[in-house]
Amino acid sequence: MSALAEIRNYTLNFGPQHPSAHGVLRLVLELDGEVVVRADPHIGLLHRATEKLAETRTWLQSVPYMDRLDYVSMMCNEHAYCLAIERLLGIDVPLRGQYIRVMFDEVTRILNHLLNIGTHALDIGAMTMVLYTFREREDLMDCYEAVSGARMHAAYYRPGGVYRDLPDRMPQYQESPYKNASTVRKLNEARQGSLLDFLDDFTQRFPRYIDEYETLLTENRIWKQRTVGVGVIDPDRAMALGFTGPMLRGSGVAWDLRKKQPYEVYDQIEFDIPVGVNGDCYDRYLVRMEEMRQSNRIVRQCIDWLRLNPGPVITGNHKVAPPSRQTMKANMEELIHHFKLFTEGIHVPEGECYAAVEHPKGEFGIYAVSDGANKPYRLKIRAPGFAHLAAMDEMARGHMISDVVALIGTMDVVFGEIDR
Amino acid sequence: MNNAKGERLFRAVAELLGDKALTVTAKASGCAVDVAAGRYRDVAALLRDHPSLRFEQLIELCGVDYSAYSGAARPERRYGVVVQLLSIVHNWRLQLRCFPDDDEFPVVDSLVEVWPAANWFEREAFDLFGIVFDGHPDLRRILTDYGFVGHPFRKDFPVSGYVEMRYDPEQGRVVYQPVTIEPREITPRIVREPNYGDVGVG
Repeated sequence: MSALAEIRNYTLNFGPQHPSAHGVLRLVLELDGEVVVRADPHIGLLHRATEKLAETRTWLQSVPYMDRLDYVSMMCNEHAYCLAIERLLGIDVPLRGQYIRVMFDEVTRILNHLLNIGTHALDIGAMTMVLYTFREREDLMDCYEAVSGARMHAAYYRPGGVYRDLPDRMPQYQESPYKNASTVRKLNEARQGSLLDFLDDFTQRFPRYIDEYETLLTENRIWKQRTVGVGVIDPDRAMALGFTGPMLRGSGVAWDLRKKQPYEVYDQIEFDIPVGVNGDCYDRYLVRMEEMRQSNRIVRQCIDWLRLNPGPVITGNHKVAPPSRQTMKANMEELIHHFKLFTEGIHVPEGECYAAVEHPKGEFGIYAVSDGANKPYRLKIRAPGFAHLAAMDEMARGHMISDVVALIGTMDVVFGEIDR
Repeated sequence: MNNAKGERLFRAVAELLGDKALTVTAKASGCAVDVAAGRYRDVAALLRDHPSLRFEQLIELCGVDYSAYSGAARPERRYGVVVQLLSIVHNWRLQLRCFPDDDEFPVVDSLVEVWPAANWFEREAFDLFGIVFDGHPDLRRILTDYGFVGHPFRKDFPVSGYVEMRYDPEQGRVVYQPVTIEPREITPRIVREPNYGDVGVG
């Protein structure tokens, strides 16, 4: 027997059923003791071939598929898809529709960051965070419900605008064996007015909530020990690896499509772009926190504008958007439009187009090729998380195995969009 | 992108690439360049490094199968590789497209050396379209199942696939069997002539 025991690297399967794998990530880790030598993410366990399915559906029928890509920032996915169709068709969205889109993009950004920060903290040991962030997510999902009827998969953005105008009434809580009359009354207090009143009330409360989160995490010693100096990426490398969104801004690159290549009415709205300094997990956390404050600011500006300016929310071109129910039932021409639109769908002229939005996770893009039919010829979805997760190997090398969990959290991976 | 800037990008690209590119077109969102497969990698490196262009980010790379394309702009080759590039310094975009020469066994150079971000995107294009990227360090399947046969995004691959998976209680494990679902089309694919439905037309 030799004096030295044979030392071999240990291969560990992390996931696909691991609570902090954020879904169905199978990560094959090669370990030297507790240090990661190689990380090989196996993805595709949630692959549904959305892009192939879209080729067999009309342009409109694919809108709900977009919700199911990144299922924590639903409306932003729809936004990129609708933008691509609108650019191919060459149509404009009414101004009120644009403001509603911007407002819901920012509501979605807050929803996404709340989930990200809550679960990221949960993964690395701060159990309470998620309880607070989910409390606020509840309010925002009520806004989703009020405009679309669905709390998550809204299908609210349509080519040419949004499906309908903002409602005058919020959904109310009902008495039940679990909620007595006084609880229901308290919950419904803010829900007495219109959606805009409710959101207005929320935006006034929300900055205080962010301060609460900051007291829990920002100076928290354990949180800083787990995130500061972990997963450092310098700006040049971040660009080469195709990083976008908070992952790029965390490394100090001030790049935001809302400012640099503005779409909708972002060029008329005041907000700031936070950037990090060190490019580690902690800086990316700080960037996300500040982005929530900025989103809150944008939502407030949209509310003020929307209160003063009524108008159409979807284009009047009935080859793209359906006519109103009243005119459809009274007018033969409109009835034909309605029938053709829902049986045959929109005809998009031949061409190709890449449309991108600043999604909460980074640049979310749709590359659409049309050969003039009522269905896409090819649809490619550029998911920000896909490029981020591809850098997992490089970022995890040399870190401890427990840091891998922090990295997954900071990348904000959601498998709906990565696997598509 | 405003017109003056788009014009500047178009002229810089046309001047720099010259006869290296098949076509250079100005688009609303930037510029589109088609290149032959042989010059693809050189052009990519040039686009990244030249100070007047500086495309430091590869945003996206995808395969396209043009075999069922019915429009006028149908390319000669069956497959295409479409790359979306972004310059953060100059704030402009460019679409680079190349066509592998052989329709039976499409091969193009890998861009991993130029932009590391291309790694997974090329694996995906290989997995879904069977386009081989020469020089890729680790060209494995990425999205489809372990042991999957075929390239599912090719136009001749049915949406329902060829095999389905179920649990077999007798063998006590998961087995593969030929698909039992019938393919169906709810809305047919229709291409209408221009101005269809306008007064006096169609």
